[in-house]
Amino acid sequence: MSSTSRARLGEEVWKTRTDKINAELVTLTYGSVVAQLCKDLDGDYAEVNKQLDKMGYNIGLRLIEDFLAKSNMQQKCANFRDTADVISKVGFKMFLNITPTIANWSSDSKQFSLMFDENPLADFVELPDDGKAQAELWYSNMLCGVIRGALEMVQMQVDAHFVNDVLRGHDTTEMRISLVRYIDDEMPADDE
Amino acid sequence: MNRDTSPFRPASTGASPTPKHASLTASTNLRYSLTRKSIYDRHLNRTKTSELSKSAFAFLFGEMVQHAQKKVYGVQDLEKKLNQHGYAVGQRFLELLLWREGRTAKRETRILGILQFISHSLYRAIFQKPADTLEKVRENEDEYMISDNDPLVNSYISVPKEMSQLNCAAFIAGIIEAVLDGHCFPAKVTAHTAPSDMWPGRTVFLIKFEPEVLEREGLRHGST
Repeated sequence: MSSTSRARLGEEVWKTRTDKINAELVTLTYGSVVAQLCKDLDGDYAEVNKQLDKMGYNIGLRLIEDFLAKSNMQQKCANFRDTADVISKVGFKMFLNITPTIANWSSDSKQFSLMFDENPLADFVELPDDGKAQAELWYSNMLCGVIRGALEMVQMQVDAHFVNDVLRGHDTTEMRISLVRYIDDEMPADDE
Repeated sequence: MNRDTSPFRPASTGASPTPKHASLTASTNLRYSLTRKSIYDRHLNRTKTSELSKSAFAFLFGEMVQHAQKKVYGVQDLEKKLNQHGYAVGQRFLELLLWREGRTAKRETRILGILQFISHSLYRAIFQKPADTLEKVRENEDEYMISDNDPLVNSYISVPKEMSQLNCAAFIAGIIEAVLDGHCFPAKVTAHTAPSDMWPGRTVFLIKFEPEVLEREGLRHGST
């Protein structure tokens, strides 16, 4: 499947096979989740990042099924570059109606970045002005967990983390994704 | 320096006519990207009609409930947590709605007016449909009911048997409570499952106003 046909597929799934709701409800609900974590964990932002990632991971494990059912993708991705393309053009399109740009491939094609021009989770958001949050909190960290969880279910162990975020005053929002290994069928899935 | 202690300040506080960033940099240590528009510069209506997938919300909401469930002592406690989440959302939604209406925004001063605002404008803004009914509880002067035949937040929630009392629409109750509070109609709002033959998931939001609300209504508009 070529890159353009994936873009078309993503568009089609979004238009015809997706129930939609008000984006602001999602944005504000996500904000409430993050704010609650910050409160519960008393401003330990490293731990907040971890919790967000964990929640995302739980989502990813289940989201992959929804993804496969709606996208109706039958064949496996031939390589990691294909996977990246599908994540951006079909996955993100289907759930968040955005298509992050793929950039900065490593020479061994095992690492790439997703550049988020738009990030619906972070609309209306400004991090707390406590001298800490902008250095420590990755506000949208749940997305990393989602990707990690979803790919694990299709036999890919990856590491995903944010390296830039406009909320921190950076010029871009960038997530780095690296393939750790392909998981063999007979291996039990890693348990957290 | 007087800093806001709430973790996430509402976006619209920056809508001042003073030169861009001048007042901000004077009172904050936050860094802003120089090449990107800050939330204060973006158009308020930008996301007014934008949509996301319902499953994205369902997943998020599910995780929220799961997380809330970790540190609670029972169904009531859990509903309270969900209510608090909704409250935070409601506060912000109300502000957003009123800013968008701009000068035409009307301040509701009557109980019926504010309830209609909730069951029509607010409900439509959030869920793209008005609430199904708005009723007064006959026996109690201070109680009203708004019903939703099929609350969006519950569409993918299945409540386990041992928690049959739970209704996750407590989240929406929280939204309603925040909007009432924001309009100076303090009330307690709770969500109750009230199935009908057609709508097994029908939910009633019971709104119980604080006594001072009725007192004011009586003073201003004669007995109700």
